[in-house]
Amino acid sequence: MSNASVNECGYRAFSLGAYKFVRDEYFAHITWPGGSHTISVDRFLRALMRDVAWNFFYGTVNFDEVFGTTNHYGTVDVFAGLYNAGFRERNKQFVEALNGDHVRSTFLEMLEDWTNEGFDPFAAPEETGTPFGPKRGSNLSAVRRNRVVAKRMVGLKGDTPLRSDADGNPVNRQFTDVDQSEPEVHAEPGFEGEVHAFNFFAYLSRSDVTWNPSITSAVKDSLLCPTTEEYMLPIIHGNDRVEWFVQLSDEIHWDVQDRESGAPRARVVMKAGDVTAMPADIRHQGYSPKRSMLLVWENADPALPDLYAKKRLRPNPVDF
Amino acid sequence: MLRKTTFGSLEHYEKGGVQIINDDARNYAFSNIFEVASKSEPYEKIAVGKNLKYVLEAIRAEGISPWYAASHDEAAIVMDGEVEIRLVKLEEQIVSEEHEGTTVLEGAPKGKKMGYIVARRGHMALLPKGAAYQFHAATPGVILLQTIGGDLTAERWKDICQK
Repeated sequence: MSNASVNECGYRAFSLGAYKFVRDEYFAHITWPGGSHTISVDRFLRALMRDVAWNFFYGTVNFDEVFGTTNHYGTVDVFAGLYNAGFRERNKQFVEALNGDHVRSTFLEMLEDWTNEGFDPFAAPEETGTPFGPKRGSNLSAVRRNRVVAKRMVGLKGDTPLRSDADGNPVNRQFTDVDQSEPEVHAEPGFEGEVHAFNFFAYLSRSDVTWNPSITSAVKDSLLCPTTEEYMLPIIHGNDRVEWFVQLSDEIHWDVQDRESGAPRARVVMKAGDVTAMPADIRHQGYSPKRSMLLVWENADPALPDLYAKKRLRPNPVDF
Repeated sequence: MLRKTTFGSLEHYEKGGVQIINDDARNYAFSNIFEVASKSEPYEKIAVGKNLKYVLEAIRAEGISPWYAASHDEAAIVMDGEVEIRLVKLEEQIVSEEHEGTTVLEGAPKGKKMGYIVARRGHMALLPKGAAYQFHAATPGVILLQTIGGDLTAERWKDICQK
């Protein structure tokens, strides 16, 4: 539910369960029974964009050290302080389980109202305008983008399309040196739909969003979800299963923390060709000094969160 | 300011690593595709990622591979070099639906030629269910294969991962 009236900065206020959300020129203010929290609106909108576009993704989307969502694939926990050791120690956390569709539609409404003209929460900071100031138009085409979800492989007939200049996907300014030549595909008559290949790196070089893993190929529940990264992951992602990263180009640095408490566990520096697992019991945030290509690899088996939560699966992927 | 995009190769790659604060580096199974392929025999299928039954395999492409097939799609990304992929539509089902992972065929497959793909670094190719495929690389290259762990998957975590 949103209030029809707007505040002195021109923004609408929103309610979600017991939470209330208000923005002013610089901040998003969140209140709940017994507590409140303030986040820079820059950070808040970038996190909100991912939460909406990813449909809450796998596991937990921490907007920061206090506020976030945990996906239960139907319902969503909207929490404050749940994964913060200080809040938990004093039993100050607040959690509300809400219908996922309702949370997403409310968040999308908020995103649409609070995102000003010229600001794209999916873009790298150098590529977009400012989120700050009083209400100034909107950017609906930017905030209504969804993540690409290929059923089998990008570019196959009937599946998600390739990207080109003609369809409004130019090569990104940081990837102008990426080879754009397509593979040679020689299909015999009758097999045009099955003999398929495409320039995967060129496809990624034309992505206009950052930190947005999108499905490019699927082998049953094994999903290749590449993404282009620049600046920093605007959320801290808490895993509900093991995920893997393959650094396709350039370099990303990851801070890895305990999923529950946020206590530091490791830093992972990834260079082109490096492969690393992110265990099921961690949260992580990445930093990409230059726009880079990252392959996120997920196992989408819906049984996994429960198996990990009940410790029927170990949080590390392999023993050696 | 344009900054050069850096890819790895068999000839040149730099490796990062895990800096432990309060953990065990083995939990991250950290490796590098090019390092693994540089130490592999041609067409060995070395798991560099494992998510329960699913794997990502690093494969050194060099010369002509055996013919392979699977009961499900697989996807190949050429990470280095140039690889020709030859495809044949199998006349009859060779791999049962229940058998997952890559199966090696004895000799040449029986069936109609579907065509071939010449893929270079950064190209992704579909290895479709119901087809046999063979790789050919005139010079050493590297393939990253999205598949399911099977009879041919080699797990050498102790040898390839940071400890």
